[in-house]
Amino acid sequence: MATSTVPPPVEVSTPRAPARSSGRQKINRTLKYVLLLVFVVIVLIPAYVLFITSFKGPADADPSTAWLLPTTWETAGWAKAWETLAPALGRTFALVIPASIISAMLGSMNGFVLSRWRFPYANVVFTLILFGMFIPYQAVMIPLTQLMQGLNIPNGIPSLLVLHIVYGLPICTLIFRNYYESVPSELIEAARMDGAGLLRTYASVILPVSAPGFVVVLIWQFTSAWNDYLFAAFFSSGSNGPVTIALSFLAGGQLTDYAASMAGALIASLPTLIVYIILGKYFVGGLMSGSVKG
Amino acid sequence: MFTKIRTWGPALALISPTILLLGIFVYGLIAQNVQISMTNQHTSLPRADFVGLDNYFRLFGDADFQHSLRNLLLLTVVFLAGTLIFGFLWAWILERPDFGEGFFRSVYLFPMAVSFIASGVVWRWLLSSLQTDQPGGERTTGLNRLLESIGLGFLQNSWWSDPNWGVAAIAVPAIWQLSGYVMALFLAGFRGIPDELREAARIDGCSEWKLYRHVIFPQLNPVMLSAVIIIGHMSLKLFDLIRAIVPDANTYDIQVPATMMWVKYIGSDYADSAAIGTIMLILVALVVVPYLVYTSRQEKR
Repeated sequence: MATSTVPPPVEVSTPRAPARSSGRQKINRTLKYVLLLVFVVIVLIPAYVLFITSFKGPADADPSTAWLLPTTWETAGWAKAWETLAPALGRTFALVIPASIISAMLGSMNGFVLSRWRFPYANVVFTLILFGMFIPYQAVMIPLTQLMQGLNIPNGIPSLLVLHIVYGLPICTLIFRNYYESVPSELIEAARMDGAGLLRTYASVILPVSAPGFVVVLIWQFTSAWNDYLFAAFFSSGSNGPVTIALSFLAGGQLTDYAASMAGALIASLPTLIVYIILGKYFVGGLMSGSVKG
Repeated sequence: MFTKIRTWGPALALISPTILLLGIFVYGLIAQNVQISMTNQHTSLPRADFVGLDNYFRLFGDADFQHSLRNLLLLTVVFLAGTLIFGFLWAWILERPDFGEGFFRSVYLFPMAVSFIASGVVWRWLLSSLQTDQPGGERTTGLNRLLESIGLGFLQNSWWSDPNWGVAAIAVPAIWQLSGYVMALFLAGFRGIPDELREAARIDGCSEWKLYRHVIFPQLNPVMLSAVIIIGHMSLKLFDLIRAIVPDANTYDIQVPATMMWVKYIGSDYADSAAIGTIMLILVALVVVPYLVYTSRQEKR
């Protein structure tokens, strides 16, 4: 502060008032924005590469132009990617939408019971449910493949539907439980006093205020099921699997058509990116719940 | 007694499908997995004799598996350090509401919405160390090429192709993808600190730096713990990203337990595959179980 040439601020406790900022604070603020913009550039580098490479044709294959815009904007890569991924995209929607809705509904009922209509050992049950969220699925994978065969659930979308619902239950339960903790218990007590049973209370008191919780859970489930590769690798193939599998076949191998695979990566990411851009606030809400305490 | 059952009976009934499903799909299958890991089912033939802990002893003595554990440790350390540094730095810069804060937050967080498979496509190109012999000395692509053209050529390296440290390169995209998440965790932590605390410290004549060092940062310890647990267990599970970046599943250099489990499964070595799965579970449980117990105790208080 002492070296400042501008008249010093009247008091230290009002650093947020821009009118009073000293020269040094202005420099700090400029520095801060320069730093923030540098990080924006770094974070966006992969997006830039995806975009430009997806439009490149064979003429731009030379490494010397790798970071430059295409000389001619070709759409052959996009056409090839779309052709390869389109059937898988349809299958992924058919998988992800019902999986999200069903696990959200189960999670909502569990969350209600575990937060507002407790039973003996509810905390123990909750912790045991929660542990299911952290296990590496590799630890159940071998017997799981046998179980699904034993239950005669066909590989591909039907298997993945069951798995995303079941293994989505812990996180959905957690998010709803944390959410319902914020519902005033007086509301539930009042309903109980009026003689409403469990289901009545759930339907008339809890469900009407559940919309934000549902948005968070649906987004979370949609994103994680859409982006799943582990279950897809074990329980589906290129011909019946979701878009992550199709993309890994398109982009895999030693000789890669980078234009097509990068266009494919963009196509496969578009649904979750759109959800993120439109509903970003709720997306963050789901992320926070991942830290258990919410 | 009876009236009590009448109040919590329906609650238990409502949650029982979940208890049943997770009881089978989590706890039942874990038990079965342990059982398979103690047999000699190393081929697709349904032959299975009990061999006790033999598979575990053999795995821990196996150079390949030791290498995968070392890789996992290296990956986790780099991954944790990177996400914590960037996540904390971004949160600290963005902590006070200022012009454009929402924009920066959204940009830093967006990689989180993308799958590892999709981001792996571009990172495979970025981290390419292939040397294509072109006339005129234009030889490299990806980040190496960029580094060279901005005068940072000395930073060029062989990324994941390096036999010893290659797996640390896999942490680069992982850091890119999850730093925003750690930032969001820290931001929530910063926002949870009551304003009175800052005011009180300022009135006491605390300088800005001392305010952070002695008042704000200590409040963020629980957030830090959450971040370490979440990133740590993600690192252990990391599978898609490695598969997307490294085309050959059997590449020894970057093998971690999660990918090795897959290689064994493809080779129909179910017993070894199950044993690696169990080892991964134990590694996660060592960290997560104390954390879960700790959080549930905290909530009771």
